[in-house]
Amino acid sequence: MSAPARTLAVELEAVTDPVTAIVLERASGRRWMLAFVASVVLTALLGSGIWVLLVRGVGIWGIEIPVAWGFAIADYVWWIGIGMAGTFISAALYLTRQSWRNSLNRYAEAMTVFAVSVSGLFPILHLGRPWFFYWLAPYPNRMALWPQWRSSLLWDFFAITAYLLVSIVYFYVGLLPDLATVRDRARSRGRQVFYGLLALGWRGEARHWQRFETLSMVLAALAVPLVFSVHSMVALDFSEGLLPGWHTTLFPPFFVAGALFSGFAVVLVLGIPLRRYYGLTDLITEAHLDKLARLLLAVGLIVDYSYLSEVFFAFYGGDRYEIAMTLNRLGGAYAWLFWSTIACNVVSIQLLWFPRVRANHAALFTISLTVVVGMWFERFMLIVTSLYRGFLPSSWGMFYPTLWDLGFLFGSIGLFCLLFLAFVRLLPAVSMFELRKSAAQALERPR
Amino acid sequence: MSTGPYGCIAEFDSAPALLAAVAGLRTRGYSRLEAYTPFPVEGLAQALGASRDWTAVAMLVAGALAGAGMLALQYYGAAINYPINVGGRPDASWPAFIPPAVEMTILFAALAGVVAMLAANGLPRLHHPLFDSQRFTRASRNGLLLVVLADDPRYEPGAVRQALLELHATHVETVPS
Repeated sequence: MSAPARTLAVELEAVTDPVTAIVLERASGRRWMLAFVASVVLTALLGSGIWVLLVRGVGIWGIEIPVAWGFAIADYVWWIGIGMAGTFISAALYLTRQSWRNSLNRYAEAMTVFAVSVSGLFPILHLGRPWFFYWLAPYPNRMALWPQWRSSLLWDFFAITAYLLVSIVYFYVGLLPDLATVRDRARSRGRQVFYGLLALGWRGEARHWQRFETLSMVLAALAVPLVFSVHSMVALDFSEGLLPGWHTTLFPPFFVAGALFSGFAVVLVLGIPLRRYYGLTDLITEAHLDKLARLLLAVGLIVDYSYLSEVFFAFYGGDRYEIAMTLNRLGGAYAWLFWSTIACNVVSIQLLWFPRVRANHAALFTISLTVVVGMWFERFMLIVTSLYRGFLPSSWGMFYPTLWDLGFLFGSIGLFCLLFLAFVRLLPAVSMFELRKSAAQALERPR
Repeated sequence: MSTGPYGCIAEFDSAPALLAAVAGLRTRGYSRLEAYTPFPVEGLAQALGASRDWTAVAMLVAGALAGAGMLALQYYGAAINYPINVGGRPDASWPAFIPPAVEMTILFAALAGVVAMLAANGLPRLHHPLFDSQRFTRASRNGLLLVVLADDPRYEPGAVRQALLELHATHVETVPS
């Protein structure tokens, strides 16, 4: 065995240069351009939808009494859930010293920031008079009014605000050393100035690193309870209501598990093409995909268990409205939604037990996409099956989405993709300094 | 304008070599040292004589103040300034006040941490003498660099260069200020 000498400099270059090359050297390529154009078109659809909504009101959606929460709230819960996995990978796996996460955390954090940004649009647009959304914040106003502190909708406002700002801060601070690397490797004046400004003058001095590491550690320790609290808050929006199917203590953990589930699926959906088309197969390896697939399966089983216990407790509790709601969910007008959810989130993931399926990227990609779709079905199913038949049979009614409902859903996907595509081209998609640290430690370890 | 060099910059080929060089320079009486590395090196800040790291303390204080402040704000709004009876619930509904307080604790702790980290590191900063050194760009990729500042009381270009080479530096050069 006469492999070339593994010097530190060579090892460090091996994890740095492929990542900076994506930003500094690679041409965009036809696939990226096509995806970008498609995303711009969808984003324009969202933009025009928002314009029409501001002019004409939320009546452009299919929401009515009794189903007054339609696609918009389903989209909101779905997007904010997707965001959760990024913070989990980044923070919880950092605290537990799972160093394999170093290849994944950067783009997972970007996914979080973009998903939470997109999700935040929906509750605001759903307000009816979105331009008054700032009334949720406590500020001295001439109406001499205060927000209602006991409402979970208000808790949610604080939770989303805190989550969005903390995830942006966490993402950006983690980027600083890598922005400095891009700055130092940039050749053109424009890029040097652009990345130089973004890097805030980071130099990597030993004492700076020390404070940086303290900050990363404490931020991670804060981010883990934050994500759990945020998605619990989202769940409390439902369980603080008295409707059958919503009024349950199961909701916060159930929503947290669902959030992680959809988030891991999106991490796979983004990661598989990213590593393939950007030559990152040495950094995001087969082992990473396998671990993510296992995580997806594990969290999926917790979600499946929640489905089971929801049905079980409806009957075990003996409340006639809960039982009626559950029977309706399983066999009523929206039974197709429930069974689609089961097919996507329970049946499809069982394939992940097989190592051969986990090693097959096309299969893994398809299953992840199925889960993402299934989680949207679940969010929508939870909203609509409780609302369409409440306590009063005289006010039962169906929900029929309009084209604008679909426009907002696909438009928000377009906006997310647009942001992510821009991220891939403009910022280092893999955390280089953390990989350099692992590489240096691996080299020093006696063999 | 510039009165003298910024310092003397040396490159090392491994973290242990850099740590040994720092220790060696300090035993030779040099105190104004800076080390630049492409990844955090454990123990390097301590070897250079790091001062107290206040980042975590700033986060604790800001978080505690924000949490207590948020509770106080809610109490003032709900019980003093605008008490309103909602289904007979007490004006001061402490359990319901906790969620916003928790969120604001985390938010302000995080923001304070970033401000503390940047301020203590003297960032943001648009320019630095080291940015003029071509050698320095290696510090963000593959080079472990040690700088002896020119304002060190024992700074004398020839002796510093000699000391760094004795301590197994692979490259030594002077950086203008």
